[in-house]
Amino acid sequence: MAAIADAGIFVPVKASRGYWASVAHRLIRDPLAMTAAAIVLIIILAAIFAPWVAPADPYKASMIRRLRPVGTPGYLLGADELGRDMLSRLIYGGRLSIFMGVMPVLLAFGIGSGIGIFAGYVGGRINALLMRTIDIFFAFPSVLLAIALSGALGAGITNSIVSLTVVFTPQIARVAEAVTTQIRTRDYVEAARVSGAGPFTIVRVHVLGNVLGPIFVYATSLISVSMILASGLSFLGLGTKPPEPEWGLMLNTLRTAIYNQPLVAALPGLMIFITSLSFNIFSDGLRSAMDVKQ
Amino acid sequence: MSHIVDTMFPPEAEDRGGAATPLLAVNGLVKHFKAKNAVVRAVDGVDFHVAKGETLGIVGESGCGKSTIARLIMQIIAPDSGTLLFDGEPVGSAALPLGDFRKKVQMVFQDSYASLNPRMTVEDTIAFGPRVHGLSHKAAVTRAHDLLHRVGLEPSRFAGRYPHEISGGQRQRINIARGLSLEPRLLILDEAVSALDKSVEAQVLNLLLDLKDEFGLTYIFISHDLNVVRFMSDRVMVMYLGKVAEIGSSEPIFKKPRHPYTEALLASMPSMDPDNRTQEAPITGDPPNPINPPPGCRFHTRCKFVSAICANAEPVLHDVGGGQSAACHLANPQSGHPRLAAAA
Amino acid sequence: MLLYTLKRILYVTPVALGVSVIVFLLVHIAPGDPLTSIMPIDATAEQQAEMRAAYGFDKPLAVQYGIWLWKVLHADLGNSIATGRPVLADVSRAVGNSLILASVSTLIGFTFGTFFGFVAGYFQNSPLDKIASLLSVIGVSVPHYWLGMVLVIIFSAQLGWLPPTGAGPDGSGNWRPDPEHLRYLILPAITMSVIPMGIISRTVRALVADILAQEFIQALRAKGLSEWGVFKHVVTNAAPTALAVMGLQLGYLLGGSVLVETVFAWPGTGFLLNAAIFQRDLPLLQGTILVLAMFFVFLNLLVDVLQTALDPRIQRS
Repeated sequence: MAAIADAGIFVPVKASRGYWASVAHRLIRDPLAMTAAAIVLIIILAAIFAPWVAPADPYKASMIRRLRPVGTPGYLLGADELGRDMLSRLIYGGRLSIFMGVMPVLLAFGIGSGIGIFAGYVGGRINALLMRTIDIFFAFPSVLLAIALSGALGAGITNSIVSLTVVFTPQIARVAEAVTTQIRTRDYVEAARVSGAGPFTIVRVHVLGNVLGPIFVYATSLISVSMILASGLSFLGLGTKPPEPEWGLMLNTLRTAIYNQPLVAALPGLMIFITSLSFNIFSDGLRSAMDVKQ
Repeated sequence: MSHIVDTMFPPEAEDRGGAATPLLAVNGLVKHFKAKNAVVRAVDGVDFHVAKGETLGIVGESGCGKSTIARLIMQIIAPDSGTLLFDGEPVGSAALPLGDFRKKVQMVFQDSYASLNPRMTVEDTIAFGPRVHGLSHKAAVTRAHDLLHRVGLEPSRFAGRYPHEISGGQRQRINIARGLSLEPRLLILDEAVSALDKSVEAQVLNLLLDLKDEFGLTYIFISHDLNVVRFMSDRVMVMYLGKVAEIGSSEPIFKKPRHPYTEALLASMPSMDPDNRTQEAPITGDPPNPINPPPGCRFHTRCKFVSAICANAEPVLHDVGGGQSAACHLANPQSGHPRLAAAA
Repeated sequence: MLLYTLKRILYVTPVALGVSVIVFLLVHIAPGDPLTSIMPIDATAEQQAEMRAAYGFDKPLAVQYGIWLWKVLHADLGNSIATGRPVLADVSRAVGNSLILASVSTLIGFTFGTFFGFVAGYFQNSPLDKIASLLSVIGVSVPHYWLGMVLVIIFSAQLGWLPPTGAGPDGSGNWRPDPEHLRYLILPAITMSVIPMGIISRTVRALVADILAQEFIQALRAKGLSEWGVFKHVVTNAAPTALAVMGLQLGYLLGGSVLVETVFAWPGTGFLLNAAIFQRDLPLLQGTILVLAMFFVFLNLLVDVLQTALDPRIQRS
């Protein structure tokens, strides 16, 4: 076959690498994103293994050791307004704070992607109807909607997760719809349709693999906001209840200490800030690692 | 090729209507798109047929409805009206359900990159269709390797690659292999070589001719490049603003076009002969908008033989003999075009 | 243009209606009876039913919504359950205070945001760009309620320069434009300006980088246009989008100031919401959220129409 001549010319020598493998490859070479990932990982691991990592019982109060400064022997990061060890409470606090921040985004990622991909793939009137309904939720600033829902539902971990899921689902659905609408008209999707594949097969094989990436990146960029909002709800008293260690709630109960022990009072917020910043930087790194024209 | 398993069926096994029945007959095909406050008459009443084993070329400027016809035949978009007969049977009827039809007609798209899923390996892309139609994974992969070999790509080197890792010509070979993976009888090539370099284009065209003989295929070859269409086609259909301007066997049309539009297109072809170069542009301006096509003959706004009748009466396809038909008043002696009277 | 404006208003109407439905339903997703907080504990079943009828809670949901909407359209947001005062009066007073805080914050955020954005966009990939980008990512990552606390710690608790909470020295509920009240505005305004600053800086950076990469700018440079001239072109091309983002941020801040207002005890809508939630004062909650959401809807409309009027590139079809 004479035609084989041109076939051999441009074959790259290196091994084939799938899309996600090459994204991971680029991400690993981004020092800033890797540092952020390491920080998040350390905080999460410390929270998971808190009973082994934390030096003290986070619930054990002591009336005589209230509000000790940072560096007190036995209290590395001081003691809070009830004499509980701050370091231990900050380590344990990561459990609820990260769970309440990440969970709504995960749920919204599932629900929002489902709605958005369905709307985008079906198109037409159903799409218009779904998207116009979703527009209504955009008429509320995120913070207001979260607080309104939490306020109406009442305080509690579940209610706060539900409220934030409602806040983020429309945002993810809108992105998912936009990406899917774009992919749906690509030639390869039409090629799959003309090869006789049904809509479910096409969505599973050809659409999901191409839309979940961008939706996922968008979702990771929401984790930071979600963490701030979740802790904010607790800060307002709408999330967890005392004596649970949670960064937002700790920040609230330590507000009275800003004159005596300002550093201790600011620590829980610093944790929220560091975690949220790390998530944001990692999300930016992931985006630029994925944003390569192939 | 001895080490490659032959996974394709002999094509003649499926012939139902006999040699005389056209493989595809298109009647009264109409597709209008709704734009903002307007209707785009992309395809406006088109009839033609494709005989078994031939290549029908479709030419025309961009926006003339070539690609819409391809998409209508492929059932990617639904026609407003018109019928398709495949080997004598209406498409979508009980005798030929859509699913069966889809296996028999496949398409190769213009953009070799956009038509391949960037997240899928070459092998998975080709094996996808057979998998959908119930072939086991192993059998589908075997067929994919067989097809890769047949389109001139060494399976061991290409099967695991992703679209961005290979050249445009190679990608188009993969698109052809994908098109063949369901053992179609008709392959629609929509500007399939237009985006390729000239040298690569020639190789792919030769490959297409080889494959046609090998599998007994029928082609609809859509292109704006007349040289390529002439090289590939047995018959040619010239389109202008959603209508057929002229249709017929390749040789007479290229030698003696009967529609002024065909004539103008041919005159605009770059010639290899320096003495035979065109001195002035044979056709000027952009084609009129398909949103509001001119009344009467749609070409009359750019035609050098225009007369009053052209703006008033729409010419129909008139058989001028030799298997050639043209939709021009000049081709029909009874039309009453003043130039006919002057010549007589 | 008029036609476009009318079209936009037509489009906004169903959204506004949808918003009203959601706000109305807020009361009904709330667990427990909305009247529990004012119902006498020993109320008999009859008294309870009587009370429910008096507040209209015995009617079908759709009818209740209709009645509620009718009242809302006649500027009647009901009375606060806790204080008995009309909700509208409380909300309007609070909106005034919130609007001052949100406007000043947006202005601060816009000034610094555009500055950082311009610097970063003009000197792409320079250390300056890196610093500006870092500042903007910090701006969107910082929990603003915590930032508020930190500022209070530094400037009130430690240095004693500025008051930590409230809107004025008399402890009264209203901010007035005089130097004494201005001191109370500084910390909350700076705290709230951080978010729009980060977002505007990112937007402006992308806009400037985009415009500078366009061919017409290169053509202008090739023709010998001075850098100042190029700068003017960049400004005129970036301004409509940057201003639109600023307008939207004002809306976000007005609705999203709950946490910061709580930290600073600023007598605005956020403070009101907080009170409504903890006293389970549902009419007050409903009214405040409705006013804020509607304000946001119409601000969006206004920004959209103005941007279209200012920017010739946006099609008005």
